[in-house]
Amino acid sequence: MIAFIIRRVGQSVAVMLAVGFIAFALFSYIGDPLASMVGQDTSAVEREQLRHQLGLDDPFVVQFGRFLGRAAQGNFGISYQYARPVQQLLAERLPATLELALVASLLALCIGMPMGVYTGLHRDTWISRIVMAVSLIGVSLPTFLTGILLIWIFAVVLGWLPSFGRGDVVHLGWWSTGLLTISGIKALILPAITLALFQMTLIMRLVRSEMLEVLRTDYIKFARARGLPNRSVNFGHALKNTLVPVITIIGLQLGQVIAFSVITETVFQWPGMGFLIVQAIGFADVPVMSCYLMLVSAFFVAINLIVDLLYYAVDPRLRLDRAAAGHGH
Amino acid sequence: MVTESERLAAALPAIARKGALRRALDSDLFYSFRRSPVTVASAVVTVVLIASALLCGWIAPHNPFDLASLNILDSQNPPAWTSGGSWDYPLGTDDQGRDVLSAVLYGMRVSIMVGFAAVLLALAAGVSLGLLAGFAGGWVDTMIMRICDVLLSFPAILIALLIDGIARSLLPHDRQDEIAFYVVVLAVTVLPAVQFARTVRGSTLVERNREYVQAARVIGVHPVAIALRHVLPNVAGPVLVIATINLAVAIINEATLSFLGVGLPLTQPSLGTLIRVGQAYLFSGEWWMILFPSLALAGLALAVNLLGDWLRDALNPKLR
Repeated sequence: MIAFIIRRVGQSVAVMLAVGFIAFALFSYIGDPLASMVGQDTSAVEREQLRHQLGLDDPFVVQFGRFLGRAAQGNFGISYQYARPVQQLLAERLPATLELALVASLLALCIGMPMGVYTGLHRDTWISRIVMAVSLIGVSLPTFLTGILLIWIFAVVLGWLPSFGRGDVVHLGWWSTGLLTISGIKALILPAITLALFQMTLIMRLVRSEMLEVLRTDYIKFARARGLPNRSVNFGHALKNTLVPVITIIGLQLGQVIAFSVITETVFQWPGMGFLIVQAIGFADVPVMSCYLMLVSAFFVAINLIVDLLYYAVDPRLRLDRAAAGHGH
Repeated sequence: MVTESERLAAALPAIARKGALRRALDSDLFYSFRRSPVTVASAVVTVVLIASALLCGWIAPHNPFDLASLNILDSQNPPAWTSGGSWDYPLGTDDQGRDVLSAVLYGMRVSIMVGFAAVLLALAAGVSLGLLAGFAGGWVDTMIMRICDVLLSFPAILIALLIDGIARSLLPHDRQDEIAFYVVVLAVTVLPAVQFARTVRGSTLVERNREYVQAARVIGVHPVAIALRHVLPNVAGPVLVIATINLAVAIINEATLSFLGVGLPLTQPSLGTLIRVGQAYLFSGEWWMILFPSLALAGLALAVNLLGDWLRDALNPKLR
């Protein structure tokens, strides 16, 4: 167990180091950092002096180490586009992205699970068929098209909901929330649905196929033979046993939600990190890009690590397999 | 005395002469294709869309890139069947006076070209890496697969965005429009390549212990020839499935990049670029500028996806 944890954590650290290396390479080899600081009349000697002061003539490893040290303290330099510290820019936009991702995940879970259970239990009704057909279209349709479609229906034709922005926000310390005002909640509805749709279809299809699998097992037949009511068989026995893979996938999908929020935020001009990074790429704003790269990678590595460790803790078979394989060698 | 192998060798051309078409029509694959109306329909849609995109130089009513033919007075015309539209521009015109139908056809050609280029590139890179990993084993295998694992833990669109961003900041600013096509292809290639590599490696590990590989090795066939001529054809099935599904994925990812404004530029618009332009006119009522590129993209993606789904089920012996 401990060996597994150490190996797994070691892998994560290696990945983060590699990502940090890419971010550093981006940071230091694209454009000359001196050029943006000094004027035309700076002499070569002064330039050398400044170069020395900034540590730009240090060996590569030293510079890389310094970069990692500063990154660990949350210092990523100044954005070319906004001329402000990158970590400030991202911190301002973090609440918007997290709120959107959280609401979308909850939405996907609360609608996708019941639909999956329904279509699994009643697989041949026409409602199930329609739901499955629509979900196939939902999987094929690019996220930004769903967003545009929703904007067209609810903002242009019906005029019920706003099509862009975050509405009024309330500041709680450094955190800004749109969940406490009416306009904030209204502005959240369309982006959250757009972001949730893909996850919703995924969860639905997963729960459905797991339910179909479990309903075929002997212990379900036995439970029915014992005369247990349908409700307790379906939910107490069947659904409970589908939950392990479902929870794993939902955990891993959190990363997908963050990734797709880039698209959703751009469609709805949601002032989050995704919107910022798309602008930064268009502008070749390297400090913002390398900071986002580090942040998102840290997030993904952490999710994968947690899911792996949880899996190891939850599923005893995994431990047995490894032990057996270990003896075999 | 004629040996068994000589008789077989004599019979081989006859079998081949029976006609590749005849054999294809007799195959299980074609049978399952014919039996599924949805698959036939999506195949027809795919072929029609791809053919009309490739032939756009002949069938498009206008050349949207011929600036001389553009007339600003004809800008923002509605489609022909609505009031104010004319049959000169069947699906209306955009803000520059370009014919929307022609722009969609040319845009679809760009999208399809990016899709095919990305899948072919991914195929070449992924299959060779997969074969290498499967045959070499040892630290080569470990390293290739570790990198694949790491890449797979990130969503495709995020990797595409980051590669796109890095390439853009590395390359000269003033020539970005010219190289945008290659940057986008590269950005959407990485993840399919990883999937090819993993699949091919997995199948190679199974195949390389089969008797026919051992036999080839015993009679002294070069390892590279074994990999390419003997093992590769036997792992082709899953590769074909991944290629089809990833064609749809590559087209969607390219469209997404272009929609976000970091993909193909206005001088070389793909469907995603057209949708991005059209979105600005959604509120002022010029719905045709966004509707038709969106329909083309959605239709293409859905049809190719359905084909991929069918192929996966048809080639999977477990489901028969």
